[in-house]
Amino acid sequence: MKKIVWALPALAAGVAAVRRARGPAAGGAGDDRPGNRWLTVTVNRPPEEVRPGGELPPPLHRHADRIDVEVRPAPGDRGAELAVRLKEPPSALATSLPGRLGGQDPRQELRVALREAKSLLETGEVMQPDAPPTTRGTPGGKVVGLLGRRAGGEGVL
Amino acid sequence: MKALCWEGVNKLAVEQVPDPELRNDQDMIVRLLAGTTCGSDLHLIGGYIPAMRAGDVIGHEFVAEVVETGRGVRRHKPGDRVVVCSFVGCGRCWYCANDLWSLCDNTNTNPGFGQALFGYETGGIFGYSHAMGGLRGSHAEYVRVPFADHGAFPVPEGVDDVSALFVSDSVPTGWMGADLGGVKPGDVVAVWGCGAVGQMAARAAALKGAERVISIDRVPERLAMTERYIGSEVIDYTTTDVAAELRERTGGRGPDVCIEAVGQEAHSDGVMHLYDKAKQQLRLQTDRPTAVRQAVHACRKGGTVFVLGVFAGLVDKFPLGAIVNKGLTLRGAQMHGQRYIPMLLEKVASGEVSTAHLATHTVALDEAEKAYDLFKHKKDGCVRAVIRP
Repeated sequence: MKKIVWALPALAAGVAAVRRARGPAAGGAGDDRPGNRWLTVTVNRPPEEVRPGGELPPPLHRHADRIDVEVRPAPGDRGAELAVRLKEPPSALATSLPGRLGGQDPRQELRVALREAKSLLETGEVMQPDAPPTTRGTPGGKVVGLLGRRAGGEGVL
Repeated sequence: MKALCWEGVNKLAVEQVPDPELRNDQDMIVRLLAGTTCGSDLHLIGGYIPAMRAGDVIGHEFVAEVVETGRGVRRHKPGDRVVVCSFVGCGRCWYCANDLWSLCDNTNTNPGFGQALFGYETGGIFGYSHAMGGLRGSHAEYVRVPFADHGAFPVPEGVDDVSALFVSDSVPTGWMGADLGGVKPGDVVAVWGCGAVGQMAARAAALKGAERVISIDRVPERLAMTERYIGSEVIDYTTTDVAAELRERTGGRGPDVCIEAVGQEAHSDGVMHLYDKAKQQLRLQTDRPTAVRQAVHACRKGGTVFVLGVFAGLVDKFPLGAIVNKGLTLRGAQMHGQRYIPMLLEKVASGEVSTAHLATHTVALDEAEKAYDLFKHKKDGCVRAVIRP
C-alpha cells in the first residue's frame, strides 16, 4: 500500500513519457512534427493585450529568437490563444525520458515560460511555491521533488 | 514554528518548520485560530494520494487572523479574522472568472502531475500533496495565503471561530453537491456519508427545497447527529438494504439526486467491499468506488449523481451501462469554495446553517496527531477534531 504514494507519480511520469514518445497525436498518420507541436495556452485577456505592439510577454522574451509565436482570439469570448513552437525541433535524445528528467528538453523551459506569461498577463504575477518545499530529504521525497521540479515544464500543453 | 507534518504512510508528527514568508505581492501571512481534520486528509495520510514528501505540512480547512499582507493585497489588513478557502484561486483566469475556482489555471505550481494523471491539472490546495500544488498546509502556527484577496473572507461579527472554520471547506463542498447536482423544490435527495460534508450536503438540499432528504451511513453517532442537527431521514446501511429502502421511500422511483460524500476509501457490508479492498491493496485500482456504484444504481431514471468524495485515479467495475441506459447525469468536482463562502458565512451568521455541532473534539496543535487518531478511528464519536494553536 505504501507504494501507492510512489507508484502514482511514477505512473503519471510513465503516462507522460508514453504520450511524449508517441507524440501528441498518437496514431495520427499525418503528424509530421511529433515532439514539436505548438505549445498553447488560452489567456483570459483580449488578444491585443497578449502581444501589444508585437511585443512578447516578458517570460517569452528570452526565447524570441528560437520560437514561432501565434496569437489568435479564443472562441466563446475566452480571451486569446497564445501558441509557441521551437523553430528547430529538439533532438530525440533531448525529448527522451532521461533527457526530460535531466531537464535537457528545451520545450520544458518553453512550457514554463508560456505558463508564466499566461499567469503574468492574467494576474500580474507568477505564483511561487512555498520555500523550502519540505523539510526532510528522504529518498522517496527526493524522487517526488525531482518530478515536481520537472512538472512545471511537463504536461500536455 | 510548529506544524503537523506527514512523515510517511500513516505517520504524522508535530515538527518545527521554517516560518512562511510572503513570496508574491498578492500573498498574505495568517496566524491559525482553528483548523480541522478532514476525511480527505485520511486518503493522503494513508498513502492513497500521490506525490507526498516526508516533512510536508498537512491541513487545508482553517480560520485565521491576518498578520502580514503583501503590497498587492487590497481587501485585508492585519488583525482581520478570515476564513480561508482550501483551494487557491487566482480570481482572473477563465475558470475563476466562471466560478470554477478549484480548476484555477494559475495556482498549481506542479501542473505536470495533474496533467499526466487527469489530462489537466487542478488548482492548488493547501497541504494536499505536490500533485495538487505543493502548498504547505494549515495545521501550523502561520500559513502563507497566495492570491489572498480572492481566497480569504472576513468572518462576520458574532460568528465564533469554530462555526466559521467549517465554511473553509466542508460547508461549501456540501453546498456545491446540492447546487451543482441541481436539487430543486420537490426533489428527493439521498446523501451517502454523514460526515461533515455529507451533513452539509443534506442541509443544502433541504434549504434548496428538497421535499425529502435521506442520509446513509453506518456510524450510529453520525446518523443520530444528522437526524438531530440536519433534520434528514437516515438509513444505517449495516442493518438495512439501502437500495430497497430508497425504492420504498420514493414510491419505487429512486431519489432524484444522489450525492456521494464518501470518497476513495468507502466501506460497505457486501462482497464488493472485499473485492474493492483486495484490488486496491494489489494496486489494480487506486480508489474504492463502493458508494458511487450504489448511488448510480439507486438513482431514479434521468436523475443526477454528484460525486463529492475525493477520488485520485482509477476504479474498477464502474457501472457506465447504468449511467447510459438510465439517462443519468453524472457530475463531480473539487469544491469551488470562493463561489459560495460569502453567502454561506451569512447563512451561518443568521443560523440558517449550523456547524458548531461538527466540532466534537478539540486538540492542541502540539499534539495534533491525536486529532487524526480520534478522527480516523471515529473514537469517542468523533466527527471532526478541531486543532487549536
